[in-house]
Amino acid sequence: MKILVAVKRVIDYNVQIRVKEDGSGIVTDNVKMSTNPPDDNAIEEAVKIKESGKATEVVAVSVGDEKAQETVRKALAVGADRGILVKTEGIIEPLAVSKVLQKVVEKEKPDLVFMGKQAIDDDCNQTGQMLAALLNWPQATFASKIEVKDKLLLVTREVDEGLETIEVNVPAIVTCDLRLNEPRYASLPNIMKAKKKPIEQINASDLEVDTKPRIEQIKVEEPPKRKAGIKVASVEELVQKLKNEAKVI
Amino acid sequence: MSVLLIAEHNNKEVKPFTLNAISAASQINEDVHVLVLGSNSDSVAKSISEVPNVKKVIHINNPIYENYLAENYTSVIIKLAENYSHIICSANTFGKNLMPRVAALLDVSQVSDITKVISEDTFLRPIYAGNAFATVKSNDKIKCVTIRPTSFDPAPSSGGSAEIQNSDPADATTLSKFVKKEEIKSDRPELGTARVVVSGGRGMQSGENFKLITAVADKLNAAIGASRAAVDAGYITNDHQVGQTGKVVVPDLYIAVGISGAIQHLAGMKESKVIVAINKDGEAPIFSVADYGLEADLFEALPKFLEELNKLNTIQK
Repeated sequence: MKILVAVKRVIDYNVQIRVKEDGSGIVTDNVKMSTNPPDDNAIEEAVKIKESGKATEVVAVSVGDEKAQETVRKALAVGADRGILVKTEGIIEPLAVSKVLQKVVEKEKPDLVFMGKQAIDDDCNQTGQMLAALLNWPQATFASKIEVKDKLLLVTREVDEGLETIEVNVPAIVTCDLRLNEPRYASLPNIMKAKKKPIEQINASDLEVDTKPRIEQIKVEEPPKRKAGIKVASVEELVQKLKNEAKVI
Repeated sequence: MSVLLIAEHNNKEVKPFTLNAISAASQINEDVHVLVLGSNSDSVAKSISEVPNVKKVIHINNPIYENYLAENYTSVIIKLAENYSHIICSANTFGKNLMPRVAALLDVSQVSDITKVISEDTFLRPIYAGNAFATVKSNDKIKCVTIRPTSFDPAPSSGGSAEIQNSDPADATTLSKFVKKEEIKSDRPELGTARVVVSGGRGMQSGENFKLITAVADKLNAAIGASRAAVDAGYITNDHQVGQTGKVVVPDLYIAVGISGAIQHLAGMKESKVIVAINKDGEAPIFSVADYGLEADLFEALPKFLEELNKLNTIQK
């Protein structure tokens, strides 16, 4: 079994982002970038399945600019066997990413494709489901547990009401929740080894995929600021304020 | 052209957020049609037909729609899509799972999780965990949009009498199969719609200690929330998680206890009307969004808080 894992390079989750003054987007220059957190869970799960003997190869793919190579390299450092970077320029929407990934899947013929359930930059939560649609594969989204059973996967999904379990045929797409596993850190020797693992570079323009944005981003603004609150000195004061000032209890 | 809204329900009752989605849909276009895919779901179709904002209900009643399998839902939505300018559903786990599959097959770039309808093609949506808001215009012929339910008031649920049109199912999928759902039943208000939410974080130190939260929540008729740290640590189940990748809540009163206030948690609660933070770390970021901050040990403050609440003659429900 071969597992393809899609990883995205995003602004690090600890960074307090800033909106550009002209409202054209978010400041990304000189900002710390990292792998989209649930994509780390996706890689970890694929590597664990390989370590259990149920998969033979883990391939990491990223769609983005030249620097997304770092994200692929990080996946290699935690256990992916080789990498693919599909180079694009400018904004690329989930629909376009899924079309690019469709081409990669057609070439690589993986049995499973894993990725994070949502990217923490655009918060779209679309790519996995879209790729599943384009390939006419089943989708198991928001996975917090995956059991590989021959040509089936048993997937526990985190849904609003609790947990749901579904069975999907292989090949399948799984989008991973943060609680799926605990991603490992790359050890120094493995970081060194990862430098020797191959990363194939492809230009999205060579894939005959229309990646032009369909959605016009008119402006980006900061959210309205909350007016500063106060500190209360005691529980009594808190209850009194909630009752008489805020009038919420 | 009309708007097609996909109803979320449990085959008996309409899920409350469907009403919020209906009100968003009718801001886009008044001709709102609602698709009810279900099994033995006549009562759902009937109650949606009574929503005044709904002009028509399309009901497809078949055992294959007993559970939400995106593969099954999608094939039937695709068949109907060409008659509509917009396809809408809630941006909760139901809609997040379903809509992109529909959008991709229609070759549409979806607009996720909108908080405001600016015009029929232009919407406001949060990005970066709500630390920025983007105004976006969709140029696709059909627009696939998921709406953030808590940003729209629920539509009134009675007084209407829309036509119910019964329609045929599409072929059942062989790709996936529903196995089971472990639903946590509770007599409490639902987290997404509760007037008051009391949430606990890593500071609770154990699942056992959540009984302090429960006691206060009981008194205030509140839902119980949690930070991701508390869920990850196993103190409480995932359906309580509030935040960027959990639920977004906008209660009248949000009480954050032992929650430091990571960006990802704030994303799920900072639109609440009144926010209270109880934390022993005076520098915790949660205080920056709190209307009332109490710097205190929660293990002393919570019992005391309950005691003070018990002294009140009346408590709003």
